[in-house]
Amino acid sequence: MTAPAPVSVAPATAGHLRGGRRLSDRAFRAAMLAAAGIVLLVLAGTAVFLVTSAWPALRHYGFFTFLGADRWAPSDATAGSAHPNPYGIVQFMYGTGLTSLIGMAIALPVAVAVALFITEVAPAWLRRPLSSTVDLLAAIPSVVYGFWGIFALVPALHPVVDFLTSTLGKVPGIGVAFAGPFFGVSYFTAGVVLAIMVLPIVTAICREVFVTTPADEKEAALALGSTRWEMLRMAVLPRSRSGIAGAAILGLGRALGETIAVTMVIGNSVLSITTSIFGQGATMASVIANEFTEATEPFHLQSLFVVGLWLLIIALVVNVAGKLVVRRTRADIA
Amino acid sequence: MRARFSAVAAGVLGVALAAAGCGSTSNVSNSSASSGKVTGASTVGFGSANAKLCSASVNTTPNYKNIIGVIAGGAKTISGAGSTFAAPLYSTWASAYSKAAGITVAYGSIGSGGGIAAIQANTVNFGDGDTGMTPAEISAAKGGPVLQIPLLLGAVVPTYNLPGIGAGLKFTGSVLGEIYAGKITNWDDPALKKLNPGVSLPSLPIAVAHRSDGSGTTNIWTDYLTKESPAWVSKLGGPAQSEGLTVAWPVGIGGKGNEGVSAVVSETKGALGYLESDFAIAQHLTYGQVENKSGNFIEPCIPTITPAVDGVTFPPSLNTFLTDGSNPDVYPVVGTSYALVYEHQSSKAVAAGLVNFFSWVLSTGQNLNASVYYAPLGSALQQLAVAQLKKITVSGKPVA
Repeated sequence: MTAPAPVSVAPATAGHLRGGRRLSDRAFRAAMLAAAGIVLLVLAGTAVFLVTSAWPALRHYGFFTFLGADRWAPSDATAGSAHPNPYGIVQFMYGTGLTSLIGMAIALPVAVAVALFITEVAPAWLRRPLSSTVDLLAAIPSVVYGFWGIFALVPALHPVVDFLTSTLGKVPGIGVAFAGPFFGVSYFTAGVVLAIMVLPIVTAICREVFVTTPADEKEAALALGSTRWEMLRMAVLPRSRSGIAGAAILGLGRALGETIAVTMVIGNSVLSITTSIFGQGATMASVIANEFTEATEPFHLQSLFVVGLWLLIIALVVNVAGKLVVRRTRADIA
Repeated sequence: MRARFSAVAAGVLGVALAAAGCGSTSNVSNSSASSGKVTGASTVGFGSANAKLCSASVNTTPNYKNIIGVIAGGAKTISGAGSTFAAPLYSTWASAYSKAAGITVAYGSIGSGGGIAAIQANTVNFGDGDTGMTPAEISAAKGGPVLQIPLLLGAVVPTYNLPGIGAGLKFTGSVLGEIYAGKITNWDDPALKKLNPGVSLPSLPIAVAHRSDGSGTTNIWTDYLTKESPAWVSKLGGPAQSEGLTVAWPVGIGGKGNEGVSAVVSETKGALGYLESDFAIAQHLTYGQVENKSGNFIEPCIPTITPAVDGVTFPPSLNTFLTDGSNPDVYPVVGTSYALVYEHQSSKAVAAGLVNFFSWVLSTGQNLNASVYYAPLGSALQQLAVAQLKKITVSGKPVA
């Protein structure tokens, strides 16, 4: 009786199957690589495009004179002279920073509060409609926010700001930052509009973060006799710090680049820095939007590209710093 | 718990409704304050001399004959872009012309600076700039020499928003220059009070409004300020910097387009802005009267806009400013708007289409100017404009 010959069916068919899987696997992998590559290519391409378009102005005036000159006056520019640089951009960085700061200072506490309310405090029947309503804020187009800002927000802000300019504005020292007169359009108005535009993003992310808090930690806090607010403070918020930081960075990124709504309510005063937050100014995005269609002076269009380049640099720096902050706060909890 | 939520929800809803209610605004009518607060007697108004001037029957339908006639083979659509100063009139002309000749004229209101850039790059069939093109701008144009054809006469008026004060406040060029230079910052400044005795001006800061984009309206206004206000010229650093399509505004709120400035003025108490007259009239804004070269305070209206060409010698390019006219009854801040067309066209259809449209505008179209509060061209200027149109050639041969 001979032993049955070993049957090598499995390897053959498996090899055939493996070959088929390998091909579709490879195609899938190639497609994913291509997608990732396109994203990187677009980012690199944007940066390269900005640098090459801004290059004539950077070479003519020098890279750092844009930060050193104190006024933006395209009508002063001549093709020959390079000094002084008529395209100083510090006031736009100031405007972008100030409006984004005001926006985040208003939006972040409100967003955390709304997210806490939705996840922890609200009755179950209210959660879905409330989160949908907050998400709807993100669906409103930017230009509609601009209109609402001019026609509804400005008249509503007048009594509040007039009170602030007459009280805080008179304090020696810091009073200069709150000085009147308030004409409606200002850094502060733009900050408020930005706060509302940024709210849905920050709220949505905070909501997701709070939902992942382990229930047993919350129950433990409650079992030890803490009130609801103490429970939130001890069990939910500390664990969510990195998530809230990440949400804030995303919101800040949105606020830095917002163009149309800000252009409509900031006052478009491009000459130099206005010291009062209730005065008119301009942001990097708003000056590009306003001036790029008719940038006919010498080096005007190239200088607007310099503004765009600096905006990209600032956005990248903010994002990298944000990632570091998120990592640091996550390490704290662990 | 549920009761507390309902109370909170009702409270939030109430606040939201109140905010919406407070936020609603209306076009402030000329003489009444929206808050019902009338600050003192506002015996403004333009005065009887102006009433007589503005009610004078001036010929607003000159019925110029189209001596060029319609040329066959014109394009069915022609495109243009430029001045917002002329935009309302282009829109009127385009709709009437499409009914008369079946040709579509598409005009983009992007500002004189944008119109000049568009025609330089040859991305439109014609451009439009309120102050035409400088020789440097023409030499930078891709398609060769550019003809500048004046099409209308319009005024730039100072509009303001003061509760309780009606139309007709008096301004001089030097006072306007000081306001725009930031030297006069409050409505109850002695200089303004001296010009307007009997009007109780409120102690309100002046919210200066200007254009944030490149604008022919700005060019006309700053040309007037340069001629009349040494304070304005010295603040800006010389006559080369103090007038132009854009200037380095020392103070003020920037608005995009005439629409933007109009929004700033109507929404801000104490605002002062410069606007083309048809915008100010159509939006029911309050505007004032300005002192002319002969020392008379003149209200902007069609009978006071039309004499702006009296005594003006036009250069061969027809490009000149019409501010500070010499006629004793002329409004001093008048401008025109120039259609910018390449002299040597490459396409016969486009050339014929352009000549047909502009010869219609310079004849029948002039009768429509007054309906949108512009003045028609005087007959001398109209003939000069038609002569420019006749210079258009295709392959060396004149089209008209």
